[in-house]
Amino acid sequence: MTKSFVTIADLSKEKIMSLLEAASRFEAMPNRKTLDGRVIATLFFEPSTRTRLSFETAVNRLGGRVIGFSDAATSSSSKGESLKDTIMMVSNYADLIVMRHHLEGAARYASEVSPVPIINAGDGANQHPSQTMLDLYSIYKTQGTLENLNIYLVGDLKYGRTVHSLLMAMRHFNPQFHFIAPKELAMPNEYKLYCKEHSIKYVEHTDFTEEVISDADILYMTRVQRERFTDLMEYERVKDVYILKADMLQGTRDNLRILHPLPRVNEIAYDVDESPKAYYFQQAKNGLYVREALICDCLGIEV
Amino acid sequence: MKNNKTELLVAALENGTVIDHIPSELVFTIASLLELEKLGSSVTIGYNLHSSKLGKKGIIKVADKYFSDEEISRLSVVAPNVVLNIIRDFDVVEKKEVIIPDELCGIVRCGNPKCITNNEPMPTYFHVVDKTAGTLKCHYCEKEQNKSEVKLV
Repeated sequence: MTKSFVTIADLSKEKIMSLLEAASRFEAMPNRKTLDGRVIATLFFEPSTRTRLSFETAVNRLGGRVIGFSDAATSSSSKGESLKDTIMMVSNYADLIVMRHHLEGAARYASEVSPVPIINAGDGANQHPSQTMLDLYSIYKTQGTLENLNIYLVGDLKYGRTVHSLLMAMRHFNPQFHFIAPKELAMPNEYKLYCKEHSIKYVEHTDFTEEVISDADILYMTRVQRERFTDLMEYERVKDVYILKADMLQGTRDNLRILHPLPRVNEIAYDVDESPKAYYFQQAKNGLYVREALICDCLGIEV
Repeated sequence: MKNNKTELLVAALENGTVIDHIPSELVFTIASLLELEKLGSSVTIGYNLHSSKLGKKGIIKVADKYFSDEEISRLSVVAPNVVLNIIRDFDVVEKKEVIIPDELCGIVRCGNPKCITNNEPMPTYFHVVDKTAGTLKCHYCEKEQNKSEVKLV
């Protein structure tokens, strides 16, 4: 059984912490020859430039080589080849496969048929665990701990898979969550149930104001997308409510950091970028160190 | 012999299994779930028989065959209330009820059209997370669904 990285759900607290420690060692020294002579495949059945560049940079900075494709249109799956056949073929060449797929469960299935480890770089609306790991790393790095934090999730909490995965990963660390969303995009019941089952505290808000966020350690912003609304009147009414502006940060804690999975559209005003509390660009950079750690972990390489 | 005609349509089994209390509309579904078409021994299928409990019921008699727990568990999604009578030497020696298993492999289809199992030639696989409520969780796309919503493969 090879060691794949498919979901955040079954990672233990110890495993999460050891991956974060490894990531911080890579941050101290990101360029190494750890993957010298290794070939890593990046199979992007669905395009995602940001994630692919991050993984490929991680491989390159560790001295490995990359093969793969960035779009299913240029792969044999456009000729009707099954996922299994593509994985079997590529595993002849590569030591590890990083894959992104539009179908949910694709990475789990690939990990069951593949003789080499699989890293899930996103499978439809299901999981995107390397994103969650970089979110955790960003929180850990900026707050010095993952324990007992006030975490505010803002925007689209219904479809935003990054907030769902973050919620599940934080269950080990006694967080206090605040869910700030319009009614149409509120946190789904199954996740509120998950919170109850795991004794995760949460409060729900529909207002997004300076007062509401005054106790926040982490403000995790997401995009409110027009196409998510069945009622466009409702969209027009709420579209400007969930926008973070610099003047809202005045009464907030000094240790507050603002995260966003990117790309942002207008949910964080540009004047926030100048604030020392803005952390979303560094957050994306952290993805590199986390992915270096994940690749080495899957290959069984100690760092 | 004349008055016997209305009663005994089918001869009693010496050894084998009698599946009783099948809602009529499920008779052929059950026959296919148990893969009866692959058996070599004699199989008798009764359909639309009179039943005081169900109105109309079905009954399946399978000679010289005892189903494994795994085979029986396949019936749990569609027909949780059927009873299997185990016959040895013309006597009912055991009545087996259908128990929903912890896992369902290749029995029902995932309701999520974007699930890999609906797009790739592969068997489905569910974890039964709540037996009383009948909540299933797809092993692949991780979507929870109720057994009343899912379709057989």
